[in-house]
Amino acid sequence: MELKDLYRDVILDHNRAPRNFGRLDPADASAEGHNPLCGDRLTVSLRLSGDRIEDIRFEGKGCAISTASASLMSEAVKGKDRGAIGKLFDAVHNLLTRQDAVAAPELGKLAALSGVREFPSRVKCASLAWHTLNAALERGSGTVSTEAAEK
Amino acid sequence: MAASVRDLTPSPFDAERVRRDFPILAREVNGRPLTYLDSAASAQQPRAVVRAVEDYVLHSHANVHRGVHTLSQEATAAYEGARERVRRFVNARSVREIILVRGTTEAINLVAQSYARPRLKPGDEILITALEHHANIVPWQMVCEATGCTLTVAPINRRGELELEAFAQLISARTRLVAVAHVSNALGTVLPLAPIVAAAHARGIPVLVDGAQAIPHRKIDVRALDVDFYAFSGHKLYGPTGIGVLYGREELLESMPPWQGGGDMILTVSFERTTYNALPYKFEAGTPNMSGAVGLAAAIDYLEGLGIEAVARHEHELLELASAELARIPELTIIGTAAEKGAVISFTLEGVHPHDLGTILDSEGVAVRTGHHCAMPVMDFFGVPATARASFACYNTREDVHRLVAAIHNVRKVFG
Repeated sequence: MELKDLYRDVILDHNRAPRNFGRLDPADASAEGHNPLCGDRLTVSLRLSGDRIEDIRFEGKGCAISTASASLMSEAVKGKDRGAIGKLFDAVHNLLTRQDAVAAPELGKLAALSGVREFPSRVKCASLAWHTLNAALERGSGTVSTEAAEK
Repeated sequence: MAASVRDLTPSPFDAERVRRDFPILAREVNGRPLTYLDSAASAQQPRAVVRAVEDYVLHSHANVHRGVHTLSQEATAAYEGARERVRRFVNARSVREIILVRGTTEAINLVAQSYARPRLKPGDEILITALEHHANIVPWQMVCEATGCTLTVAPINRRGELELEAFAQLISARTRLVAVAHVSNALGTVLPLAPIVAAAHARGIPVLVDGAQAIPHRKIDVRALDVDFYAFSGHKLYGPTGIGVLYGREELLESMPPWQGGGDMILTVSFERTTYNALPYKFEAGTPNMSGAVGLAAAIDYLEGLGIEAVARHEHELLELASAELARIPELTIIGTAAEKGAVISFTLEGVHPHDLGTILDSEGVAVRTGHHCAMPVMDFFGVPATARASFACYNTREDVHRLVAAIHNVRKVFG
């Protein structure tokens, strides 16, 4: 368990200067994500063009892992359609939870999150943004909790 | 006496010797010696507690209050002996006033459901404070939902102290119950129980005290405090989890209906009518946690053996040292600066979320609590999502404080 595997330069950079931070108004879809265990909250808002995410913003207060994960996600999903995002979600989920997972090539910079799996108490920090994005895509709006989402 | 050079401080309290009673403190975490600063969440158990539980389980266990056989009698004696030990510890008048429950949360829920819920009506008020743990908020909100009564919240100031005048003004002809913490888990604030109880009793209003954070740190005398209900947990007191205590004044407990139904809380049962058992059994349905009770009694013996005042003085020295050391870190803000504080220190570090702080401290073997401490309204009041909290117990040393400070400096290095 190495601290520098968790707090890689990419993570620290995206925490210090989160990309796509803010809120889209009007938005085609938005959702609030909540991790009741730590109190982290974040909102994801989307502008959609058919099946594709044309633009995305997120805002909220969270730890470095949840902020960097949301920031990296926002860059990764912009311009992609639901099918590609679904695949990315699965690849991120594997990366965060499977000890033997090899970072899939489509992950790109998201591979920086691979250190999180060594810190089980922090996996939910990294997955909060993705569950929130899923909620926005599936329901158009609403609130999602890491506790409900993980079950 | 094997105090290290660093610990040759004015305190006569020998924390190094105390540490040897707690085997877990000798282990390593992430390749570093464990620095356990999370006793306010759950204290570690000394060998004496584990041995008492083991002795009961291996040699005397059977169900209580049921059999005429020898083991049942021994188990009953052990369980009731533990109750008497608790009575002596808090100086209750009678063992009828000592209800053994799962913990503070269950104790408060018992009062909420059995005392408050049957008597409160729309327009009635329950008065709490702004620094309560969720366990002393949510049970009352459930009563309010069920009865239509109102939850009133007395404010705190920026130091995290109760605004006593505002509190007194909130006591009205409609107030039916006052429920306050003795010591705040998130801020460390010690609440002034004497004026709180005086103001409530002047209007004939009973007072419940959530003593979870006070019980391991100060001598509790329920008669001297003149409180009506006092709730606490065994595991904050160096005892096992799953055992706790509700002290209640006998007249009040007598007037309350049973909370849960089942075995042990009855005298006679027929399908037409059941008569309930006397205090304290009326509130203890089902087979109780005997081994937990035995462990709790052993924990009380242990703490009183160390001397609760000596422990409190030692912890206060550590709190003062930590407060002074942490105040020297420019980016650090201490949350909760009441004039009178228990042995906890909550803080935030600019630019670093408490969870990152917690993970980095853990990598150095330093265990602190991070999060909202089950006190989300307190976090909202101070405008922070969460804090890191270090808490001190009998086995902590000045070395632990130095390790905490060094680890915080390392956080700055990681975050650059």
